[in-house]
Formats: sequence, structure tokens, C-alpha cells
Amino acid sequence: MTNTATETRSVVVEREIPYPPEKIWRALTQPHLIEEWLMNNDFKPVVDHRFNLRADWGAVDCQVMAVEPTKTLSYTWAAYGLESVVTWTLTPTSTGTHLRMEQSGFRPDQQQAYQGAKGGWPRFFANLEQVLARID
Amino acid sequence: MPTAHEVLFRTLADPTRRALFERLCREGEQTVGALTARAGVSQPAVSKHLGVLKQAGLVRDRHEGRQTHYSAQLGALAPMIDWTSQMAGFWQSRFDHLEDLLKRMDQ
Repeated sequence: MTNTATETRSVVVEREIPYPPEKIWRALTQPHLIEEWLMNNDFKPVVDHRFNLRADWGAVDCQVMAVEPTKTLSYTWAAYGLESVVTWTLTPTSTGTHLRMEQSGFRPDQQQAYQGAKGGWPRFFANLEQVLARID
Repeated sequence: MPTAHEVLFRTLADPTRRALFERLCREGEQTVGALTARAGVSQPAVSKHLGVLKQAGLVRDRHEGRQTHYSAQLGALAPMIDWTSQMAGFWQSRFDHLEDLLKRMDQ
């Protein structure tokens, strides 16, 4: 039950990929390549750049937050009424790259803004986790 | 029409409303008066927030004399948990596409 509540906060997908980080980085940051595995887009690897990901079911509004070539890339991801952040982390291994994608259900700046008396999403989910654990 | 998880995220995006829901989760059933005493906003505002939570299915009300008692409905959070499993499935399939692309790409 605790696990379920944790997953509510973020989605993590990790995979060992038999290619070097440099090659994966190109696929994550070049629009014509992004289009082939993710969605049609106007991405640029520039902090604060706003872009859209477009599919037949709708569009996702994004903004680049961090770019560290071949290491990490993060952008906001707004769709379905939820602002989230997608963060890619590339770690070289002896056989290629450990690729990690984390989508968090809140933005770090929102987290900061909500850290006042009312508490924010992270605290909300942490508390919810406790409540759900008790019910179990 | 907004989807179930969209309604939930929007409903809980308001910090005051989320705090009310959180208190009901933590402390169990409470009256509007008890909730107002520690909410930091007026009773009409609390009632309005509770109305929105009720509409989203997150709380249930029970009338007893002149008092209205509210309790949290945790089952209503299910679509939010479904959302994360949907997204996990979405990303898994994107990872598959990414690997296919990498195989085709020149070094």
C-alpha cells in the first residue's frame, strides 16, 4: 500500500541501454529524432525554451528546466490538468548507459511556494501514504 | 469533458482545499465548525471548498441536527493512482520506441 502511494507521487522508468550516453542524448534532444520515439515537437536544448509535444490525442505544454549535455535533461510537462516535471538521467556503464526517466507530479517551484503553512503536494502524498498504511 | 484524474488534480491543486482534505484523512470525520476553527479562512469559504471536494467525490457529508459532518473518501483517489500506472505504461512503450530508434541511428 505504501508503494502505491509512493507511485502516486512520481513515475520512474529505468532501463539499461547498450549504447553510449552521447548517442542517447542525441535521441533525447534533436527534434527530428524525438519525433520518432516520443511525439512531434519544437524542442530546443535551451533552458527556459517553451515547446509543445503534439499527438493525435492532444498536446503537452513543456518548458526546459535543466540541460547538462549527455548527463541530465529536465522539462515541465503540463497535460490533463497536472503540472509535472520529466527528468532524464544518463549514467555511463561498462556496457552502455543506465537511462532513467522520472516524472514527478509537481513542480519544484510549486513545492517551494507551497512549503508554507498549508503544505504542498509532496507533504500531501507523504501524509496520504501514512493514512493508507494505517488502513491496511 | 474532463477526465476523472483531471478533476482530482484540479480539486486538490488548491492548497487550502488540499489541507482540509488532508485533515479529514488524518483525523477522521469532522464538523464544518471544527474544520473552520483551524482552516485560517471563513466558514463560507470552508463550506465552498467542502462543496468542491464533495463534487469530486473526495468527501461525504452527513447531517445530524444542525451540524454537518464531513469525512474523506479515500477510494475516490483511485483514478489518481490509475493515472500513474497509465503514465508508466506510456513511458515503457516510449522506451521501446527509443531503443528501436537507437538501433537504426548511425553511431
